[in-house]
Amino acid sequence: MDALILARIQFAANISFHILFPTITIALGWVLLFFKLRFNGTGDDKWMDAYRFWVKVFALSFAMGVVSGITMSFQFGTNWPGFMERVGNIAGPLLAYEVLTAFFLEATFLGIMLFGWKRVPGWVHTGATVLVAFGTTMSAFWILVLNSWMHTPQGFEMREGVAHATDWFAIVFNPSMPYRLSHMLMASTLTVAFLLAGISAWRWLRGDRAPSVMAVLRTGVVMAAVGGPVQAFLGDAHGLNTLEHQPAKVAAMEGNWETGGSVPLLLFAIPDEAARENRFEIAIPYGASLILTHSLRGEVPGLNQFRGEHPPVAPVFFAFRVMVGTGLLMIAFGLFGAWRLWRHGELPRFMLWGLVAMTFSGWLATLAGWYVTEIGRQPWLVTGVLTTAQAAGPVPAASIGTTLALYLTIYAMLLVAYVGTIYRLAARGRIAEAMPGNVMPTPKGTIA
Amino acid sequence: MTPFLPPDWLPVIFAGLMALSILFYVVLDGFDLGVGILLPRVTEEADRDRMIAAIGPFWDANETWLVLGVGLLLVAFPSAHGVILTALYLPVAIMLVGLTLRGVAFEFRAKAHDLTTKRRWDHAFVAGSVTAALSQGWMLGHYVLGFAEGWAAIAFAAMSAVGLAIAYAFIGAAWLIWRTEGALQRQAIGWARLAIWPLGLGILLVSAVTPLVSPRIFDRWFSFPEVFLLAPLPIVTAALLLGVGNLLKHMPFPDDALRRLPFWGAVALFSLFFAGLAWSFFPYVVPERLTIWQSASAPESLSLILAGAIFVLPIILGYTVLAWRIFGGKARDLTYY
Repeated sequence: MDALILARIQFAANISFHILFPTITIALGWVLLFFKLRFNGTGDDKWMDAYRFWVKVFALSFAMGVVSGITMSFQFGTNWPGFMERVGNIAGPLLAYEVLTAFFLEATFLGIMLFGWKRVPGWVHTGATVLVAFGTTMSAFWILVLNSWMHTPQGFEMREGVAHATDWFAIVFNPSMPYRLSHMLMASTLTVAFLLAGISAWRWLRGDRAPSVMAVLRTGVVMAAVGGPVQAFLGDAHGLNTLEHQPAKVAAMEGNWETGGSVPLLLFAIPDEAARENRFEIAIPYGASLILTHSLRGEVPGLNQFRGEHPPVAPVFFAFRVMVGTGLLMIAFGLFGAWRLWRHGELPRFMLWGLVAMTFSGWLATLAGWYVTEIGRQPWLVTGVLTTAQAAGPVPAASIGTTLALYLTIYAMLLVAYVGTIYRLAARGRIAEAMPGNVMPTPKGTIA
Repeated sequence: MTPFLPPDWLPVIFAGLMALSILFYVVLDGFDLGVGILLPRVTEEADRDRMIAAIGPFWDANETWLVLGVGLLLVAFPSAHGVILTALYLPVAIMLVGLTLRGVAFEFRAKAHDLTTKRRWDHAFVAGSVTAALSQGWMLGHYVLGFAEGWAAIAFAAMSAVGLAIAYAFIGAAWLIWRTEGALQRQAIGWARLAIWPLGLGILLVSAVTPLVSPRIFDRWFSFPEVFLLAPLPIVTAALLLGVGNLLKHMPFPDDALRRLPFWGAVALFSLFFAGLAWSFFPYVVPERLTIWQSASAPESLSLILAGAIFVLPIILGYTVLAWRIFGGKARDLTYY
């Protein structure tokens, strides 16, 4: 394999591993604040128990996000030196503002949030929780600003082959930013909703009837029931925005070869890029036209219009179906679960097992969604400005291959340890706090 | 946004900010990594927990200075960032794996369900800390030689790797003297005493090699009148080494007096050494190849970052001080929230 494809695989592996954890911490930070505020408001210990359990998951996810994020900050330079040379004047300030306004804030107040319990007044601890949640969201904001700008760049001019900023407002509020940011924040909300619900369902099925388990289960299911439909709406809006700015990506998502009207919605197909046609199509007539143009006969762009300049079709096509399929399943679980909880106050066993199976469904949908948008951007790194190949560095393939193997080994190991640890924590419930090395003096007024 | 400074000055300011971030990183994460290097010296479970507790609330924020330092290199001097990180591709990757292991082992060990698992994460923590320290030292050695190749360069880089690991162990021990008590503190005093002389030797070696590999640096150090301006640097360094070395012989004092002194002595030593290096290489960001002016980003982008940094950095320093005050005093138990 050549160095370019290895560099891409390495970066993709790293960024895929990284995104798993911010996807959890962004929303979980706010959920923890919710638990804390509920406790402050009601004095009910179950909310404190919920906080104390989930703050551990938060701390673990945060650490995983930090270490993989640091790796990424280096890989910009090691894998894509051409990126910073060409568009560094724009990417640089955005990344710098992320470090200055988000990283230090999160990292410092996380220390207070985790270890400062007994050392600071309650309001300072609540304040630390607010700042950590705010920090994770700010971090997402800056990264999505930069990512969106790479998809839909504006507010700059090229001078001697280097991009120079002319309008920072236009750069930050580029056309795809609001869609991408809200879609990602809601993806995080749903990921956390199913993580909360799935782990709580598992604890419940194992006979753990602590009041906090049901409280968290309800929180998760309600988040899913509200977040699912909202996400479907945001996703549709994001798709229409992509149709306007990156039609080739939409053509690949739909698996549509010829530009034209009355395009069917493909439920399944195997796109064959060599023959430029699909095999084994299962389709709903007029579906794609209806969704993308809100009219049965509306025109949908086809891949043949972008010959040689469109992304690889099959990965975009399949990833899109994985994302939408998982999303629809999430909506079904959220709505049905909320209805059952509302009518009966608890969930049937098959539903609980279903939620256990869906525990990490948010990861699947989020990764699939990122693959759609990032592979869908190819061959461009920055649309119309810089191709991925132009940004690659002179590092030999052997070096990249060796480090890739190293990274993959570590990531596989850590992922297993991470998921295993969460289930262990759940299995042991509140016994966890009594372990040596995890000594926790019980705060006044809580059940230990 | 119009630049509010003569454009020539912006790269200098950013070089200063970057150097400061790296110095902060080396001092702050240096003591974290040092504690990681020293962890295997202790077998008692409670003492291990106490060592970890001494760095628990700090390490994450400490590591962020690395992100800022590399981030500033990336955003302010993009072409130098490309050259440096391509030249150091393998050691960077190894350091990242080390930092990854160190960072997560911390969290995993606190949640381990039995002693065997906890010990396994302890091993990962130690391995990560040692690997990160060695690879950073290796990179320092390569950088000092301007990325020269050949056996001599490799030998020097290897020496520099060991030297930095010893330096980290020293500042880690000094931190533990401040943050622990009783038998553990006495052990930490012993480690610091063991580490301080090789540390002095390492400083001497790098200081001797740097002017020898580059006539430009030689001239900078040994020309008139600079030689008088710079003379205090080695003199103060030597005085500090002797002073702290002597102090350690008599520690601990009644009432734990002067417990902070070895740590601040280590900070002063690190800073002086770093200042010496900075003086040698300025204005080159890639030794003898790229100056800060040749590799700087566009002034309008730099002033935008500077405006943010001037506003935000004092706030960051403010809440860092707040966290240090909240977690002042001796580390006893790992009180995880």
